[in-house]
Amino acid sequence: MESLITLWEWLGQNLIVLQILIKIVVIVAPLMLCVAYFTYAERKLIGYMQVRIGPNRVGPKGWLQPIADAVKLMFKEIVIPTKANKVLFLIAPLLTLGPALAAWAVFPFSEGLVLADLNAGLLYILALTSIGVYGVIIAGWASNSKYAFLGAMRSAAQIVAYEIAMGFALVGVLVAAGSLNLGEIVRAQQSEAGIFGWFWLPLFPLFLIYFISGVAETNRAPFDVAEGESEIVAGFHVEYSGMPFAVFFLGEYANMILISALTALLFLGGWLSPLPASWVDGVFLLGDGIHWVFLKTAFAGFFFLWFRATFPRYRYDQIMRLGWKVFIPITIVWILVVGIMVVYRFAWFS
Amino acid sequence: MTFEKFVFYLFAAILVYAATMVITRRNPVHSALFLVLAFFASAGIWLLAEAEFLAIVLILVYVGAVMVLFLFVVMMLDIDLATLRAGFINYMPVGALMALVMAIEIFLVVGPGNFGLDKMPAPAARPASYNNTEDLGSVLYTIYMYQFEVAAVILLVGIIAAIGLTMRKRPETKYQNPSLQVRVKKADRLRVIKMDAED
Repeated sequence: MESLITLWEWLGQNLIVLQILIKIVVIVAPLMLCVAYFTYAERKLIGYMQVRIGPNRVGPKGWLQPIADAVKLMFKEIVIPTKANKVLFLIAPLLTLGPALAAWAVFPFSEGLVLADLNAGLLYILALTSIGVYGVIIAGWASNSKYAFLGAMRSAAQIVAYEIAMGFALVGVLVAAGSLNLGEIVRAQQSEAGIFGWFWLPLFPLFLIYFISGVAETNRAPFDVAEGESEIVAGFHVEYSGMPFAVFFLGEYANMILISALTALLFLGGWLSPLPASWVDGVFLLGDGIHWVFLKTAFAGFFFLWFRATFPRYRYDQIMRLGWKVFIPITIVWILVVGIMVVYRFAWFS
Repeated sequence: MTFEKFVFYLFAAILVYAATMVITRRNPVHSALFLVLAFFASAGIWLLAEAEFLAIVLILVYVGAVMVLFLFVVMMLDIDLATLRAGFINYMPVGALMALVMAIEIFLVVGPGNFGLDKMPAPAARPASYNNTEDLGSVLYTIYMYQFEVAAVILLVGIIAAIGLTMRKRPETKYQNPSLQVRVKKADRLRVIKMDAED
């Protein structure tokens, strides 16, 4: 153990690139595993919600199902449609997955446990989630298919609309925390009130709007008009098969986990314990720690699956109405309210 | 060559390549995508100049929003390139002259006469804890408050003008009024009548 720590410090001084690469692997490899088992959790949970059992054939209780799916997709043929734009067709899935992974660079898992402690971390996250839409648009256009193109158009309009509400919700968070640094935002939520000191309470409307916009940004049900299998088959990825399809799939689930984790960080206190610090300081598992981030992320992620099992798909004009005429005005009003609360030092901001 | 120089020349080369591709590609969608690449490269150069706020906002605003709408429009339009190219030779001399004038102007303003290292020494690197978002905000909302407000009003006028130009009532389109839909009662729509069974 001692020698490992010495080796790690030596790496930090001499081969910092290698050290950073190791850190990236330590973040991305478990993330990919989480994505695989998130798909399994989705199928199981929705199965139980619909009084079915879900996958239970591969391995004990179906635990190996995601592995089997991955192997199947790897060995499938990659079909490229006639007259499709080959380069763009193959780049598109990567453009969906790339930003979803890159955003984790600034994510603080615990006090000081972060790959890059950026001052402008929140802006960086917002910028990266906003370029995720390119994967969908390029896929729809490069496929040379009407269904795919319609899906891409719907998705582009929807993501641009909800990005504004999402951005305004984040403006509320940064006004409340007084910082763009994600670690600082979590530290600003620390108080003697425990769970009631977190930002979900003073920023409640922004919390709801951020999460719902996150569901819309990731094109998940009930906002999944980009796929809309009853109208446009599978939307933007109708022409994809094999590995490129799998990469789209990974990107979608990685984005869901990212939105859940960000909700946990910005509104649910990140690594902070829900109990007041003076009660549980240093107590095993009850004190602050990385496990709280995972628990809160899983809690938020569960809602994505619950929504999908519960709500019917929104009609396109209803989506636009909700985004532009309901969410954006509410967020603007609440930014004003937060500003007043901060200036006059209400309970959370004293 | 230091690492910073290498990164600068790398991003500069990508930027020039992408910008050239924007105006030479035949397919407008490819042009738009190369413009996105150009934005990325210039954001990289800005990051190198320690302007991280501007760099990230460039990505956020131009790549994340403006270019998405651009692509949206370009993909929908069926642009006839033959007619666009037809006038190329006719306009060539005027265009070349304009380009020359612009190049000379740019050279006079940012050329070695005004911007050499002797005229403007390289600023000292800031410490890692330096936060230029905060600095920018505090200057923008205090010293340059009026200019900032004027810019905001101009943008507002732009928004209203754009909406005013595109908003037209089309009598043949049918709109739904969600509040009426929600308020509707069973008695408004449904009538139960008694009738004898027919044989």
